[in-house]
Amino acid sequence: MFEKLNSPRTGGLLALILAVLILPLFFQNTFHYDVAIHVAISATVAISLNLLVGYAGQISLGHAGFFGVGAYSSAILTGWDFGWSPITAMLVASLAVGVLALVVSGPILRLKGHYLAMATLGLGIIIAIVITTEDWLTGGPDGLSVEPLTIFGLSPQGEAQWYWVFCVVLIASVWLSLNLIDSPVGRAMRAVHGSEVAAQVAGVDTTYFKTLIFVMSAMFASLMGSLSAHYSGFVTPDIAGFHHSIELITMVVLGGMASVFGAITGAVILTLLPQMLTGLEDWEMVIFGLILMLTMIFMPKGLVPTLLTKFRRGEA
Amino acid sequence: MLKRVAIKGAMALAVSAALISGVQAADTIKIGSFLAVTGPASFLGDPELKTLQMYVDKINAEGGLLGKQVELVHYDTAGNAQKARTFVKRLIESDNVDLIVGGSTSGATLAVIPLVESAKVPFISLAGAVAIVDPVKKWVFKTPHTDRMAAEKIFEDMKSRGFKKVALISGTGGFGRSGRAQATQVIGKYGLELVADETYGPKDTDMTAQLTKIKSTAGVDAILNFGFGQGPAIVTKNYKQLGIDLPLYQSHGVASKKFIELAGNASEGVRLPAAALLLAEQLPDSSAQKPVVVKYKTEYEQKYNSEVSTFGGHAYDGLMLAVNAIKKAGSTDKEKVRAAIESTKNYVGTGGVVNMSAEDHLGLDLSAFKILEIRNGDWTLVK
Repeated sequence: MFEKLNSPRTGGLLALILAVLILPLFFQNTFHYDVAIHVAISATVAISLNLLVGYAGQISLGHAGFFGVGAYSSAILTGWDFGWSPITAMLVASLAVGVLALVVSGPILRLKGHYLAMATLGLGIIIAIVITTEDWLTGGPDGLSVEPLTIFGLSPQGEAQWYWVFCVVLIASVWLSLNLIDSPVGRAMRAVHGSEVAAQVAGVDTTYFKTLIFVMSAMFASLMGSLSAHYSGFVTPDIAGFHHSIELITMVVLGGMASVFGAITGAVILTLLPQMLTGLEDWEMVIFGLILMLTMIFMPKGLVPTLLTKFRRGEA
Repeated sequence: MLKRVAIKGAMALAVSAALISGVQAADTIKIGSFLAVTGPASFLGDPELKTLQMYVDKINAEGGLLGKQVELVHYDTAGNAQKARTFVKRLIESDNVDLIVGGSTSGATLAVIPLVESAKVPFISLAGAVAIVDPVKKWVFKTPHTDRMAAEKIFEDMKSRGFKKVALISGTGGFGRSGRAQATQVIGKYGLELVADETYGPKDTDMTAQLTKIKSTAGVDAILNFGFGQGPAIVTKNYKQLGIDLPLYQSHGVASKKFIELAGNASEGVRLPAAALLLAEQLPDSSAQKPVVVKYKTEYEQKYNSEVSTFGGHAYDGLMLAVNAIKKAGSTDKEKVRAAIESTKNYVGTGGVVNMSAEDHLGLDLSAFKILEIRNGDWTLVK
């Protein structure tokens, strides 16, 4: 029983559900809900990115691009020009992103290390440029407003209701990822991360698995992009930009690569910290950078894995 | 274990109770602000924030507003529209501000309009795009001249000089794109014709190719450059290097001494529309604006020891409109303050004389703009 609780699959998931249920008791206004929602959105994207970076060992610096395509597709397709239902638009956008990822994954995933990072970075930047310049479609740098979300006639109103929507999505994605990691696909992925050659020798179709996880991860980012666009009601090119990509990858690395809960921790810290430090005015960026640097110097594996090892060692 | 949880829970409750009572105890007038103090648009946000801080301090030193102290709650958006949304939510929901003066860039302002409209909080924007007040939104006002007005003023000047054919070169950033769209829309009204339409990216370091193309276009009478940041300075330098001897017009986006510094002597003879603030002492004594702009200029330059810019002036106007409206309303009741801002008449600010109405939430007309020419590294009024 206790063994089971100690594993991330049951214990971790239960803890997360508990946290999600208890947190609203401490929220005093919709701004607190708003921050929590931003944490949930970032955490969900970070988890999907972590599958790619932490488990399959492939770096993507273009995830904000996929997120942006999802957000903008939803904004445009549900807008007055097309008038699609939000769910259809969301799924079509996600499929389109999947196809895009599939097409580019051919040449991109042949690359390794820095080259892979650069190729994905380039892809992200191209997407951001297209969104900024094609203003007849995307509204250009000033952005675009988005229709509210309706699911089977129901429409989430206000932050409190959206909070539950995003929490359900977050928990579902944690559950899915944890199961995926422990499945044959997950084991194959980790083998690719360990050594691609060894994995190939052991009979793992590395290209197939790398492509699969890249496409999946991109589609997830697109879905979250769509949802967050509906939530905020307004999209600007910032969300598809380079900085957002870096922010997502920082969440993964800071929280701990190859740890689902690490990705969540990273998202919590990177979303909350700027809000807490904002009172420091000019020192905000300095302190923020210092915290990130110190964490990386003293906990190079990321927060959650390092702390877990310490904790377990202390127990034994 | 249980005990510990109970203690923690009690502590959390105590802390939150303290927070709530803390909010209620303070009896101040809260003015919220979100500006791009850092990042690529910091040349807007920095003078804006300095201006707000300086005048809020001044108001407080003089006894406050309606007998209460004024508190400025400010967050730095770094020019990011998504951040702006979160901070505006924080201003409205958590800080319970009475009114918002802010939004350095059009993107950030447009992104938060749905929030302030649904929360019913008066909002005075410091951003340029005409889309902010056209169509009119009930709770949204703005102080800077629009890009449409800048284009109109420039074309008016071109027409008076007998020009017919105009070559346009614009940046692909928010300001340049919006300016280009407005320029192409209004050019027909002045009987002018657009014969070239070139663009450059916000980070480009050389515009020779675009200018060469303009140079070789037949019959161009004048060149118009819409953009801000370093782009227009590079355009001006390249224009000089290529030895183009057509008149060059810049937009109000370059209305700061920084531009003259960056472009050097290439900027000699460049014309641009700008607010009276840049001229200050050069204004004729008959101008109603003269005392206001000279006072603001002296106070700002004394305190911060740096050149005044029109952007800080927009913040000054925004704050003063808000202060006057609160005085007039006699309270911070949001609906009353909103109505008071909307009924602003003959307010003399750094940007011009403001006359608001239910149909016009900007309240400036073309006379608010002056055409300046750069001579000997300084602004000169073109008469």
